[in-house]
Amino acid sequence: MTDVANRSAAASTPGPWPDTLTRVPFWAFQRDDVYAAEQSCVFRGAAWHYLCLEGDIPEPGDYRTTFVGDAPVIVARDSDGSVNAFENRCAHRGALICLDDKGKGKKDFACVYHAWTYNLKGDLTGVAFQKGMKGKGGMAPDFKLSDHGPRKLRVGRLHGLVFGTFSDETPELETYLGEEITSRIARVLKDRKPVVIGRYTQGLPNNWKLYVENVKDSYHASILHLFFTTFELNRLSQKGAIIVDESGGHHVSYSAIDRKAQTTNADYAQQKIRSDSQYKLADPTMLQGFDEFGDDVTLQILTVFPTFVLQQIQNAIAIRQVIPRSPTQTDLNWIILGYEDDTPDQRLVRLKQANLVGPAGFISMEDGCVGGFVQRGIAGAPDEQSVVQMGGDNAQSSESRVTEASIRGFWKAWRGLMGYRS
Amino acid sequence: MIARAQADYARCIDDDRLEQWPDFFVEDCLYKITTADSQRDGLEAGIVFANTRAMLRDRISALREANIYEKQAYRHVLGMPCVLDENAGGVRSETAFFVVRIMRDGTSDLFATGRYLDHYEIQNETALLKERIVVCDSSRIDTLLAIPL
Repeated sequence: MTDVANRSAAASTPGPWPDTLTRVPFWAFQRDDVYAAEQSCVFRGAAWHYLCLEGDIPEPGDYRTTFVGDAPVIVARDSDGSVNAFENRCAHRGALICLDDKGKGKKDFACVYHAWTYNLKGDLTGVAFQKGMKGKGGMAPDFKLSDHGPRKLRVGRLHGLVFGTFSDETPELETYLGEEITSRIARVLKDRKPVVIGRYTQGLPNNWKLYVENVKDSYHASILHLFFTTFELNRLSQKGAIIVDESGGHHVSYSAIDRKAQTTNADYAQQKIRSDSQYKLADPTMLQGFDEFGDDVTLQILTVFPTFVLQQIQNAIAIRQVIPRSPTQTDLNWIILGYEDDTPDQRLVRLKQANLVGPAGFISMEDGCVGGFVQRGIAGAPDEQSVVQMGGDNAQSSESRVTEASIRGFWKAWRGLMGYRS
Repeated sequence: MIARAQADYARCIDDDRLEQWPDFFVEDCLYKITTADSQRDGLEAGIVFANTRAMLRDRISALREANIYEKQAYRHVLGMPCVLDENAGGVRSETAFFVVRIMRDGTSDLFATGRYLDHYEIQNETALLKERIVVCDSSRIDTLLAIPL
């Protein structure tokens, strides 16, 4: 189905980008050439990409492998404690240097193909038979190890998160994020020791940008996801807002208990005005959480352009890493977090609330399929456009969540890096 | 007895009699869907986690009343149960499975392979699940996992 989408898209030429943030041409989700351009402009361009948690590689010699766009990447902690990231690509003939997801006690990485060897910083330290054998063969005398190596990423670390960027142009991580986004990452992670309590991947049948749009889209939440509504779990009135940073690319959507309105709700209940839902949870303990942030914020969804999500839904904390696989295939890596100092009861709450998210999540399973509905829906319409006009035409913060401002912000940042002009 | 319980369980799901699915468990049960990697690494959080039969009922009522997903069905094929331990407390067994997912357009994919790590309690000649850990071989779930495994 999606192959048809690609073929029809490839047959037409992309027109100029619309002169507004409120329209997105569908070919942006379909074309192979757009996907290829994104790899260099966005994934190897001036943007930070989530690599791993500091806690994934606590000791010298610990490493993990991941992806930045299509590019395979190794993240390793060196004996000096530094965190280094470099392409998982041998400088010789391009083979993967490391074939494992993770490991410990590594002194160096040796490519299995011809045993070219790299230290934990990604420097080439050895070439098998460099001098040849018995005076014959080998590398030319002017061959220098230091002239060769996989490309290195700059590494930025913040509250236990490790980011990487291929580009020298990317501003420092905290500048890139800005104060508002940084402070809301701090809210969840600062001075706490997150521990990974679950990990799985959800394969999405759609372009990666359709998933990112979905995460930034607060408009759909109460419409597509009916779990809370059906079981009348949103009894407390909520207040909230959307924050879009200046670049447009990052956002925070949050909701908090509105203590003032709560009284009114209680009044309603007393008057028996509010009818009871037909559906009740047989075991409501899933949502009996604890207040760990002390600020009544029950939901905070935060994105860092282009593909990082930090989620707090009650006590369900997770990182979502978006990895594009092809124009129409995306991997969503879920990293479910607890904290080192969780009590057994608190940990149990997190295990129960993990049911809210992921491929089987009560409030997120729909996000796994809705991107595919769009990808299939637009198969014959590369030159048509989506309408992203809810809440106006700008990409600014808003007290209302009935807005698509953060989606417009994403496109603003994406166009900037891709060089699309209207 | 175990083989019969396994066969009944698979038919129940594949016949879309999901409302009866919780009845295969005792009230104070554990049902978890996880991955082989998570199981090996000792990661506690599952893709699905329920520690009461009521939570299993909630899963089905959410599927029926709240969650939105395209029409789909499973076909479970189970291996022979390997009985690991048998005593007064019940029976521990491991059973391989694979599940084909059939979508409304006819697409049939091998959706999941793995093993059930079970702890059965025997009550009146019937084996009821006290614990079922569904360990998927792969860590990648395609699109979504709505119907239980």
